[in-house]
Amino acid sequence: MTSPVITRPAEPGESRPDAATDPRRQPRRARGLRRSWWGYLLLLAVGLVFLIPLYMLLTTSFKTNGEIYTWPMKWLPSELTFDNVREAWRIAPFGDFLKNSLIVTVVGATLKVLLAIFAAYAFAFLPFPGKKWLFVIMLGALMVPGHVTLLVNYITMGNMGLINTYAGLILPGVASAFGTFLLRQHFMSLPGEVFEAAEVDGCGHLRRLLSFTLPMSIPAVATVALVAVIDEWNNFVWPLIITNSVNMRTLPIGLMYLKSNDGLTNWGVLMSGTLIVVLPMLLVFLCAQRYIVSGLTGAAAGSGR
Amino acid sequence: MTSRGLDSATRASDRPAHRARRRRGYALFALFAFPNLALIAVFAYWPILANLYLSLTNWDFISPRPLFVGLTNYSSMLASPSFHKVLWVSAVWVVVVVGISLLLGVLLALLFSRRLPGTSVVTGIVFTPHVVSGAAIAVVWLFIFDPNYGLARVVFEALGADSPNWTTDADWALPALLIVSIWKGVGFVSIVYLAGIQGLPTDVLEAAKLDGAGPVQTFLRVMLPLLSPTTFFLVITQTIGAFQAFDLIAVMTSGGPASATTTLSWFIYEQAFMRSNVGLSAAAGTVMFLLLMLITALQFRFVEKKVHY
Repeated sequence: MTSPVITRPAEPGESRPDAATDPRRQPRRARGLRRSWWGYLLLLAVGLVFLIPLYMLLTTSFKTNGEIYTWPMKWLPSELTFDNVREAWRIAPFGDFLKNSLIVTVVGATLKVLLAIFAAYAFAFLPFPGKKWLFVIMLGALMVPGHVTLLVNYITMGNMGLINTYAGLILPGVASAFGTFLLRQHFMSLPGEVFEAAEVDGCGHLRRLLSFTLPMSIPAVATVALVAVIDEWNNFVWPLIITNSVNMRTLPIGLMYLKSNDGLTNWGVLMSGTLIVVLPMLLVFLCAQRYIVSGLTGAAAGSGR
Repeated sequence: MTSRGLDSATRASDRPAHRARRRRGYALFALFAFPNLALIAVFAYWPILANLYLSLTNWDFISPRPLFVGLTNYSSMLASPSFHKVLWVSAVWVVVVVGISLLLGVLLALLFSRRLPGTSVVTGIVFTPHVVSGAAIAVVWLFIFDPNYGLARVVFEALGADSPNWTTDADWALPALLIVSIWKGVGFVSIVYLAGIQGLPTDVLEAAKLDGAGPVQTFLRVMLPLLSPTTFFLVITQTIGAFQAFDLIAVMTSGGPASATTTLSWFIYEQAFMRSNVGLSAAAGTVMFLLLMLITALQFRFVEKKVHY
């Protein structure tokens, strides 16, 4: 910020005569580089601190045991093997884990987004006595620590006979205070003339929601959906409690099952199991980084301003 | 509300129609919003009340009915040294994780705000652990902490020491978990701070520079006070998150060795789901709830005086 960093290379045609005629030009550039070299170094170091564990995960998954259990550490595997993945699949029913995770994530996130869309529309456009208070009460749920609700929710699910079922896995997590809040704020920022025109044309609320509100809110809905997908996929403590048979476990719990059933820690097998858990969310993140970052940090940007 | 223009023309002639339409609006609101609100009531608010009741009982999930025992669970818990240790471990966890995450996070954000080429790639990498399963991260770090074949041994050998038995040594288990927890969370903190820094009014920073403030002074005297709303938000959300940390503990240490990593969150789980002490778990849950309410209220009180908007 303080030093003139070279972010945009000048056009060769205009910069070269400049550099030749202006003797200060060249040193200043060098000074910029010299001044920020530690910045690049720090940036590189920070990147490595977060990349190396991921690199270990990826390479160890495909390393042979001979190359994992050796010292000094072999940074580059000389041959790749799929034995670890096969072994992980043999020890633990990863097919079931994957299926359960997919069902819980797709159904859970879809329901969550639908509930949030309808609730947000209601809070934004429909009348109700005491609506403001209902909204405040709904937002208050954000302050309730989820960990404190586990025990009673488990008992509630038990009373409903939903322990070890998909419904039991999904139901307590589908209500969304944050998603509703985010979407309502977005809906209220949409141009009101469109809705007035729609009403004059005799459009009902459902039509107004489907044909006007949603098409104008795709980024906001995508944000809520992606955050929901990540939450559902990574959820750990609730699936751990509510399921009790191996074939109903989701991937994160299945990974723990693999860890306790692979004999003495077999790192190659464990890493390949971990990779199966991590990879889908890594891909989602790579494809939709912007939405996810803005969604997860969005609450911060709005706070206090 | 949205139909005022249309109504004023028709209001005088057909009031009943207007009222009917409003009632339709109410019904539609109920249809749209009540499923969400009902689920929130059942799965977020009801548990707090029911938990309070259960904390006054003894129950093992199996016997037909919880037995009312008054405040026994609280008194025995507060009198037991092992529960004091649980509170101590939780306090260390929250203070260290929140403190270091915020410190490193703001420094990272400063680095990122220089916008050197390559910054966006690094911010993406740093944010990644936040979107990855905590259980998976725990397993990766168990491998890193392997005293014989893990990455930690590389670091310790460079320092001329042996890598400790991180997760099975009572002195090292908590530090190991704290490191992983900070590693997982600091990226999020830094991105939130980065958004805060990018939103700072540039004229104020320019003025500080013109007045001869050095970079350190500008950061401490100008930027940090201006960032206090961000800091406030982060302290609250990170504290709530740190109190509930669970997956790392479950996968890496299961609260051990010798309950060295038993936080309040692990205690709540262990008592209910491994030992079937429903009453005790509920009492610990109520303690967590009250602690979080208290901390949040204190922070709000503090903020009224200190935060510069």
